[in-house]
Amino acid sequence: MEENLAPGAVAGQMAPTGALAHAYVQNEPMPPLPPPASMVGIVGWVRQNLFSSIGNSVLTIVAILLALWIIPGFVRFLLTDAVWTGPDREVCLAKDGVLPGACWAFVKDRLGFFIYGFYPVDQRWRVDIFFVLGAIGVAWMLWLKAPRRDIGMIYFLIVLPLVVYALLSGKNPLAFLTYPAGMFGGGSIPLGLLVTAVFFLGGFFVARARNMEIGPSLAVGGGALLLLTLGGKALAGIWPLIGLAYVDTAKWGGLMVTLVVAGVGIVASLPLGILLALGRRSKLPVVKFFAVMFIEFVRGVPLITVLFMANTMLPLFLPEGVEFDKLLRALVGIGLFASAYMAEVVRAGLQALPKGQYEGAMAMGLGYWQMMRLIVLPQALKVTIPNIVNTYIGLFKDTSLLLIVGIFDFLKAIETARIDPQWAAPTVSPTGYAFAAIVYWLFCYGMASYARATERRLSVADKR
Amino acid sequence: MSTSDTRDPRFEGSAEKPRVAFWNDPEKRGYLFQIVLFLLVGYLIYMAGSNAVDNLQKQKIASGFGFWNNTAGFDIGQRLISYETTSTYGRAFWVGLLNTLLVAVVGIFFATLLGFVIGVARLSKNFLINKLATIYVELIRNTPLLLQLLFWYNAVLKALPEVRASLQLPGGAYLNTRGLFMPEPVPGDKFSIVLWVLAAGLAGYFLYGRWARTKQEATGAQSPVLWVGLGLVVGVPLLVFLALGMPLSFNYPDLGRFNIRGGVQIYPEFVALTLGLVIYTASFIAEAVRAGIQAVSKGQTEASHALGLRPGPTLNLVVIPQAMRVIIPPLTSQYLNLTKNSSLAVAIGYPDLVQVFAGTVLNQTGQAVEVIAITMAVYLTISLVTSLGMNWYNARKALVER
Repeated sequence: MEENLAPGAVAGQMAPTGALAHAYVQNEPMPPLPPPASMVGIVGWVRQNLFSSIGNSVLTIVAILLALWIIPGFVRFLLTDAVWTGPDREVCLAKDGVLPGACWAFVKDRLGFFIYGFYPVDQRWRVDIFFVLGAIGVAWMLWLKAPRRDIGMIYFLIVLPLVVYALLSGKNPLAFLTYPAGMFGGGSIPLGLLVTAVFFLGGFFVARARNMEIGPSLAVGGGALLLLTLGGKALAGIWPLIGLAYVDTAKWGGLMVTLVVAGVGIVASLPLGILLALGRRSKLPVVKFFAVMFIEFVRGVPLITVLFMANTMLPLFLPEGVEFDKLLRALVGIGLFASAYMAEVVRAGLQALPKGQYEGAMAMGLGYWQMMRLIVLPQALKVTIPNIVNTYIGLFKDTSLLLIVGIFDFLKAIETARIDPQWAAPTVSPTGYAFAAIVYWLFCYGMASYARATERRLSVADKR
Repeated sequence: MSTSDTRDPRFEGSAEKPRVAFWNDPEKRGYLFQIVLFLLVGYLIYMAGSNAVDNLQKQKIASGFGFWNNTAGFDIGQRLISYETTSTYGRAFWVGLLNTLLVAVVGIFFATLLGFVIGVARLSKNFLINKLATIYVELIRNTPLLLQLLFWYNAVLKALPEVRASLQLPGGAYLNTRGLFMPEPVPGDKFSIVLWVLAAGLAGYFLYGRWARTKQEATGAQSPVLWVGLGLVVGVPLLVFLALGMPLSFNYPDLGRFNIRGGVQIYPEFVALTLGLVIYTASFIAEAVRAGIQAVSKGQTEASHALGLRPGPTLNLVVIPQAMRVIIPPLTSQYLNLTKNSSLAVAIGYPDLVQVFAGTVLNQTGQAVEVIAITMAVYLTISLVTSLGMNWYNARKALVER
């Protein structure tokens, strides 16, 4: 350790003790001086971060002036000068020629309208339950240490959509189960055949995937068809007894519609996007061609034209008698649009996966779907979670375009309320927009923060 | 998808063909799957087409593009080419398309400027600048563009004073709810000379820049490109302009009781749309710029400093050229997004392609299929052409490795 001693200490040891030792020889190393006061604490921070050079000082002064110019006005408008309570426009009008700030009384008065739209007031509890169920599903999915996330997945992707549909519309969500039987009673024959085929093949392939022989698998398919049809019949019989009043989608509105559309888009776009991405990377030329055409076509046109198309052209393409709800048409448009963008995000994840993973899976004797389901997709989706969430943020913001095709979403509710004569005051429009901005921002920023946290967590895992 | 390379390795190298059922043979299964998919998609397209023909006949809607030459009968406020109510639908289409392109070009120009400034500000060591830029990006990126457009149009521009009480801006311009009225420049006889000198100055600047770069690469000596350029592009034309006795007059807007005559009118719809698009897209461009600059490893900067380059040249000669390579792909997609997002014009009544053609023309003719198809084809063409151009540029700028 001696060679590590400071020079002063070495000199002290080497100096002969006794007569030659002088009192003024420094035997001990001097303790380090504290850094100059101008380099530590607040002063030091300010010097380093704000006034390190002339140019930096100029920038700081400009930034301070800019902040002083913007922020006090915002605070005054949104908080200190704002009107918080009042029954109608009178409270938000100018007094003595001076305009008050934001008219929060207006937002307070119309909050129910912003959230529920024209949904019948005595039925609003159904929407509240929808919010609670949705929040449970989202929390279950996002909280990575939550128990039984596999059940959460089924809840989020299958149970929740059906329950929410039943809850909000009051219709039997499983009415399609009766189609196979309905074929014989004057129902639509193609639809009946389609549902029959789906049930039968579904049961058959689930059985085959569990390594059953063909004979028993056929039996399982038939059994599934029979059970589901009977169950559907029974449910259709019980349904009117539950007594949920029917609420037409034309009465849905406000934040509820925004959340329903965003939720459907989120649930639908991921599986569709995965299929499209797999199709685009497929070696089968026909599959690849269709996938590329669809993705590039949708990504090349604005969403608004897709919505126009869904709104005006979809009814033309359907056979006579098949009616599509306006909301459903918009949902189809938004879902297809989001899935094309999702496909590109998933494709990036697939491309980032080393080739050895594919080859390893093949060497293990896994088939294509087994390889994708068990090896490739779990890894590819994991690295691309932040991008998936970013696509969801875009989707959530894009739901606002629904107002252009006449759907009563959250922004439309604001637009309608702000020109209501009962609240005609100069500050009502800015207040309405500020409120809308805050609500959209909370949702989007929440998602963005989640994406960032996930990214950080994943990058920790990658640092070996 | 599963083709021959997933074949069971046990059969590899053996002379006899593997005896598997055709539905278990990946290759045959692939063909079968493709045929089924092809038939399914073909059937869907056929059904949609025949249903559409049926429905159109029942609703007595004409089909085909005959409407193109019919009289439109509606007026369009902002137009870059002459257009009357007696003009054809085809003419209305071109007016709308030019308006879309106008807002896209202006928007892209300003969004790039603002985006680069904010992107660099986000990396600033200055705490305040950094935080202000971050707040800007997080605020703008996380609210819908449509909301911002409605805000600019309905809450800001609609709140401007009426014509009678127009705000008078310096330079003879007026601002009111009808838009911004600016003096219209009227070039004099000799003004074209100034333009020619300007063009010559630009060409000279370009040639001088090339010469200076070649010289620097050969000898390392730097030339005052900026000052020479300023002199050629600004100084000389300005001198010529003054020497010719300033051959440019202005047609000033004249404030009347109810209207403003003369001058150039910039419509509030255009201002709101451009403002909204610029502010929104700039936040995304800023993120692309930040990511691009951060992608240049710190070692590059340190090596450049070690070679004795000062911070300015380090940025110009080392960091920016490498960062641009990373920035350009996302930048391109932001330009395309801006162009596509300009279709939101329909919400505030700016007469762009969607508002004029997919809106008014569609409502008047009822020919949804043709009109939507044309509109989509236009956007697709713009997207594809931009992508091709950017791919070409990318290939030129790509990292050349040994």
